[in-house]
Amino acid sequence: MSVQSCFHCGLTIIKNEEIYFDEKIFCCNGCKTVYEIFSLHDLTCYYDFEKSPGASPQDIQGKYDFLDNEAILSKILEFQEGNTAIVSLNIPHIHCSSCIWILENLNKIQSGISTSQVNFPEKKFRITFNSETVSLKEIVYTLSSIGYEPYISLENYETGKNNVDRSLTYKLGVAFFCFGNIMLLSFPEYFEIKEFWLDNYKPFFRALIFVLALPSLLYSASDYYVSAYKSLKSRMLNIDIPIALGIIVMFVRSTFDVIMNYGSGFFDSLTGLIFFMLLGKMFQIKTYSFLSFERDFKSYFPIAVTRINLDTSEENVPIYDVIKGNRLLIRNQELIPVDGILMSDKAEIDYSFVTGEAVPTTKKSGDKIFAGGKQIGKVIEMEVLHSVSQSYLTQLWSNEIFQKKVFQKHKTITDAISRYFTPILLLIALAGFGYWIFFDANTAFNVFTAVLIVACPCALALTAPFTFGNILRIMGKQKMYLKNALVIEQLAKVDTIVFDKTGTITTNIKSNILYEGMALSDENIVLIKNVLRASNHPLSRMLYDFLPETQKIKTAKFEEITGKGIQAFIENKNIQIGSGVFVEAPVLEVSQIEKTTLHIKIENNYYGRFIFENQYRDGLEKLFFALSKKYQIKVLSGDNDGERTNLETILPKNTELIFNQKPEQKLEFIKKLQESGKNVMMVGDGLNDAGALAQSNVGISVSENVNVFSPACDAILDASEFSRLDYFLKLSHKSILIIKMSFVLSLLYNIVGLSFAITGNLLPLVAAIIMPLSTVTIVSFVTVMSNYFAFRNLKSL
Amino acid sequence: MSVIYLLISVSIFVAICFFIAFIVAVKSGQYDDDYTPSVRMLFDDETKITSQNKNQSTEEKQV
Repeated sequence: MSVQSCFHCGLTIIKNEEIYFDEKIFCCNGCKTVYEIFSLHDLTCYYDFEKSPGASPQDIQGKYDFLDNEAILSKILEFQEGNTAIVSLNIPHIHCSSCIWILENLNKIQSGISTSQVNFPEKKFRITFNSETVSLKEIVYTLSSIGYEPYISLENYETGKNNVDRSLTYKLGVAFFCFGNIMLLSFPEYFEIKEFWLDNYKPFFRALIFVLALPSLLYSASDYYVSAYKSLKSRMLNIDIPIALGIIVMFVRSTFDVIMNYGSGFFDSLTGLIFFMLLGKMFQIKTYSFLSFERDFKSYFPIAVTRINLDTSEENVPIYDVIKGNRLLIRNQELIPVDGILMSDKAEIDYSFVTGEAVPTTKKSGDKIFAGGKQIGKVIEMEVLHSVSQSYLTQLWSNEIFQKKVFQKHKTITDAISRYFTPILLLIALAGFGYWIFFDANTAFNVFTAVLIVACPCALALTAPFTFGNILRIMGKQKMYLKNALVIEQLAKVDTIVFDKTGTITTNIKSNILYEGMALSDENIVLIKNVLRASNHPLSRMLYDFLPETQKIKTAKFEEITGKGIQAFIENKNIQIGSGVFVEAPVLEVSQIEKTTLHIKIENNYYGRFIFENQYRDGLEKLFFALSKKYQIKVLSGDNDGERTNLETILPKNTELIFNQKPEQKLEFIKKLQESGKNVMMVGDGLNDAGALAQSNVGISVSENVNVFSPACDAILDASEFSRLDYFLKLSHKSILIIKMSFVLSLLYNIVGLSFAITGNLLPLVAAIIMPLSTVTIVSFVTVMSNYFAFRNLKSL
Repeated sequence: MSVIYLLISVSIFVAICFFIAFIVAVKSGQYDDDYTPSVRMLFDDETKITSQNKNQSTEEKQV
């Protein structure tokens, strides 16, 4: 029988657990329910657009109770007046056309919604609803019940209208308007036919062209003047100086020509140049609007918590209103928002995101618990010690070193070239002027300006934007999302790579479990599995999932001793599972102690232990081997060094392994490397790496789900593509090569143009041909080359 | 030939009209999401078909 997959969500169905409904197969009740909802409302078209597009709904009982709180509600709503309310929700599951269709037809499922609109690239869902007939909470529940649970975090608390910067689009529009009209008007003059009527209207045409050139010159090109001025002020010669110089000289010379009636001027080339350069700028800016590279703890924290009042009533309060002495209720999988003291008798807290420890820690009543951990298991109560802004994690975040967005002046490759380009250009112009001044002052002036005009490094300036823009898109398609084009240059400069361990080179999902000791009989495995079923300890859960399915037997006496283990009687056998001390296991060698283990003792006979090993990502060995040839590799971990021997066998010999690193130490480590002259790339995943990611030259965050959370970084890499890191680095090197190649090409154009200019033969028509021609050649050259390299390397992998 | 003044000013005027239309479109956020509308325009029919089917079936029942 072939493998069956769920009609709704597409997951493989576990044998004998499938649910048949309406001649379709589902993997769980949740998926079936969603299908029922859809078929009830005549919305089964959902399944026609895309095959199994859904997600099974999660249990969210009580999770969104805070939406009843008026104060919180008013912060989340975008607009509210009378009955009409508008809200924008972030829904990570939006991924296909079916999603758009079902969400935009939400009013068929939930009454009270007037319109709903999906913004697919941003994964945002905007709903206009009648706040009298339906509450936001009901809408959120409806969404969750059909598998589209919104992601609401503290970030939503300050929904200020963030203004989109559209100035580049306006500038491009103005530039194109001017360019197009001027081209049209200057067409008659290109033929230069001595015709009576044309000559008669020449002043009119030229005046009109002059007026049309002004908006382009003054508004569209304004960024270049500002940038050139700034770079002059900081005594760095960047590419914008010759550009600004070229534009201004071109305008002055053209105006002069027109007024003195020498010719038609270069207004057509001028506006064309501005338009093409802005187009390049536009192309380079590829934003992944559904990702955020500047996230801080806010998008990780919940917006509200459940507070227990003195009269034991529960209330949802905004997180900023929590003060010292409050009592909070934390449910399973909920985040601990503030530092506090545990009041319930025990808790299992997963700190992997904050500290990098792989295994959840057990806390007892009275223990201090820190913000950022996730509660796993039962509901717990805690008393608040510090408010949100004073908690350890937020303090860490607002710490200056963590904040400091390392403001190194990246010298881009274009700027490096223009350092030589600008002085040489000026020299040539002056030399031409100096030569011609002996013959004719007028020609000398013409030559001087012509050199500056024709050498205006339009093509040079376009090379990098188009190459990087294209590479950015190619990488984005392969799930490596870069913050901006500069990151590619930084990637190419990297010589040292530092990896975080937990969550980066290991997966969060599964652990590898090994057994050591006396062989366990099948009956004993059945007994162990049944004992484990009753336990909520994360290790027990992991081992339970690992052991094969068995029949269920009732456990007689079951006792869970916090921090030690489980003691149970089953089929009259005394079974102890737990730590080495608990079962009085034989003393082990030191190297074994650090490992995470569960020991088994049956009827007072010590059997052996299960060892939990971290599961490394697929292709890790190959990747490290490939990287170690070109880069220095280091592994930093917040975890203990129990995995050292294991890692040493997998990773290349020269890899440096450092364990027990706190977030601050990681940052310091990167800083030291940089001080010794290294260009460091940090690959991490959690909040514990945030400082190191910010400090490093390139910070890449590896994420299992790119939509949900990743710390501030330069690039986000989808975890499934982790093993291809090598390919992305190679591609960045290739893109620098492409840029160098096209620099040569554009310099060749400049030499041709200059030979016209220096001999005093630069006609407006020649300029109008050379400039667009060079632009088109360069753009097509870099596009073809970068696609070629991306494709060829892809094949060789 | 002085009609050329009129013709050119008309052409510039038309161009300016289009330019203003473009600015208005950008300002209203039309270019912010360039993907969803392309998918959305294919949908409308689907809902109509299903609702028509429903209407038909109820009518048939009534008959």
